[in-house]
Amino acid sequence: MCQVDEEYNGHLEKISLPTLSKKCVKCKDGTAVLIIRVGDAFCRDCFKEYFIHKFRAMLGKNRVIFPGEKVLLAVSGGPASSSMLSQVQEGLSRDAPKKLRFVPGIVFVDEGGACGLSVEERQRAIAQLESIFREKGFPYHVVHLEQVFSLPGSVLEAVSSAPEQPGSSYKAAVDQFIQNSRGEHGLMEPSVEDAESGFAQLSTQDPTYPTEHRLALERLLASVRTLTAKEDLLQTLRQHLILHTARVHGYTKVMMGDSCSRLAVKLLSSISLGRGASLATDTGFSDTRYGDVVIVRPMRDYSSKEIAFYNRMFNVPSVFIPGLDTKTPEKASIQRLTESFVTKLQADFPSTVSTIYRTSEKLHSARTPQSAITDLTSKCLLCMCAIDTNTEEASAFNAILVSERLSQSGLRETAPHTQAQALPTESPGQCCSSGGQGQGCGSGDCCSSAQSSVTPDLKGLLCYSCRLTIKDMTAVETLPQYIMTEAEKRQRRLRMKMEISEFLLDDEESGE
Amino acid sequence: MAAPIALHLEFGGGAELLFDGVKNHHVTLPSQSEPWDMRQLLAWIRGNMLKERPELFVQGESVRPGILVLINDADWELMGELEYQLQDQDNIIFISTLHGG
Ligand SMILES: [Zn+2]
Ligand SMILES: [Zn+2]
Repeated sequence: MCQVDEEYNGHLEKISLPTLSKKCVKCKDGTAVLIIRVGDAFCRDCFKEYFIHKFRAMLGKNRVIFPGEKVLLAVSGGPASSSMLSQVQEGLSRDAPKKLRFVPGIVFVDEGGACGLSVEERQRAIAQLESIFREKGFPYHVVHLEQVFSLPGSVLEAVSSAPEQPGSSYKAAVDQFIQNSRGEHGLMEPSVEDAESGFAQLSTQDPTYPTEHRLALERLLASVRTLTAKEDLLQTLRQHLILHTARVHGYTKVMMGDSCSRLAVKLLSSISLGRGASLATDTGFSDTRYGDVVIVRPMRDYSSKEIAFYNRMFNVPSVFIPGLDTKTPEKASIQRLTESFVTKLQADFPSTVSTIYRTSEKLHSARTPQSAITDLTSKCLLCMCAIDTNTEEASAFNAILVSERLSQSGLRETAPHTQAQALPTESPGQCCSSGGQGQGCGSGDCCSSAQSSVTPDLKGLLCYSCRLTIKDMTAVETLPQYIMTEAEKRQRRLRMKMEISEFLLDDEESGE
Repeated sequence: MAAPIALHLEFGGGAELLFDGVKNHHVTLPSQSEPWDMRQLLAWIRGNMLKERPELFVQGESVRPGILVLINDADWELMGELEYQLQDQDNIIFISTLHGG
């Protein structure tokens, strides 16, 4: 379904009556058990081979995971990430040279506190997952969403990694690995031991959270007015927890189980949510926004149908845990609506998902690569993507700013105010890349310093999309402390920059 | 007159939440003049089993897009979908692939 080499033409016809030729198109012999692309019926054995091959091919093609590297698998219990877990286990158990050679660990984020589950329901889900994780034998980390209230501000600091030549360094790492493995004690041995001792240590430890954090989470979610913004915020907090877990335990890659069906929905809803500038980062195979920890999405070639069939046929266990969107109507949120739009279209036009997905492959950001941005104030405080609010005058973003200003300012003198509001939103990305550190253009938010309220004004520190999410909150101060602390820090930095900028030559003109 | 037929129905991926959280159901369809097909089974499920929010399971005369159907462990797209004529002891599985079930 998600083959990249698939033909564009002719697939947008309505499905004709089901083909009742029940032989497998691959071996021409076995009885077909499922149709994966239009008209392609596979037998059980060929489907298994195809599914397993695709995972290895995806990792092989992209060459981002080095031998011996610690990789954290983000498992939600859902079908796609559970399937990813089974593929990693399968890959590690193979004989060389097809064997995967990285060192896996698992993280599960328990979001029951946000989704209205009782303590018992949460415990039951965790117990089910733990028994799956134990059976795999990988170290695992169970993190509760409530733990965002004890995260350090450093989570939001994207640590830049040295730019690498992927090809050459990958090869060097493989050579190194092969050399080490030839000796009696291969590179794998200590790592595996580490993993095992880590496992023992972790499974005994029970990460709990104090009641005040449970209440803080309730207050936070209660202050978010729409399901759309709730889902978005939850996604952000989940990412921060996963990132923090990866850093604390020394994982340098995180694998997420997004299927291509999921990514197609994510792509379209991201556009609706104003995340256009971050699309390539949000949906690509590898995502370098965090710098030192790279997100990879190895399941992005699989449709949710393939995954569901594989899990069913080959007994891959998964745990269904109700989420924010469970049993909600189709129009409950933008994400939910987009999903039902895509699946309905897919039912009539089976190449819908693959077409959207292929489009995403062609997206590239015209901006500086995410990993190259070192100035924190040019990254969004929440999603940590490059701030995209450096836009032309005729953009939707500016239109919203103008209308906001008009509705807020009323009789106040608008001219200088406008200037001050517009300044911080101006181009940290663009003119910094041309002329050093953001000078006059990236200057501080004068308004917030003038207002001197207890809660920092987050707006100037957020991308367009995260601004919309925060706008749907009635009480911004319910956000976890690490976000507020980091926000204050960045605002101080922006103010300082603005003050310094008065003594610098204005290169705004020459810069652009 | 076709005799009554017994079926094993299974719901997964969150679809079971619409059936009191119960995954496995053994049902018997009453005898009727015509043989039972999938279209009639879906109508029967809607009328006899669905407790809440039927639109999250059936839409029109078929299943909601995003819910997979397996007939005796094979893709129903290979079996004629709504036209498939049910046999006694058939095993029908519904798996939701939608986020949140
Ligand atoms: Zn075959
Ligand atoms: Zn953002």
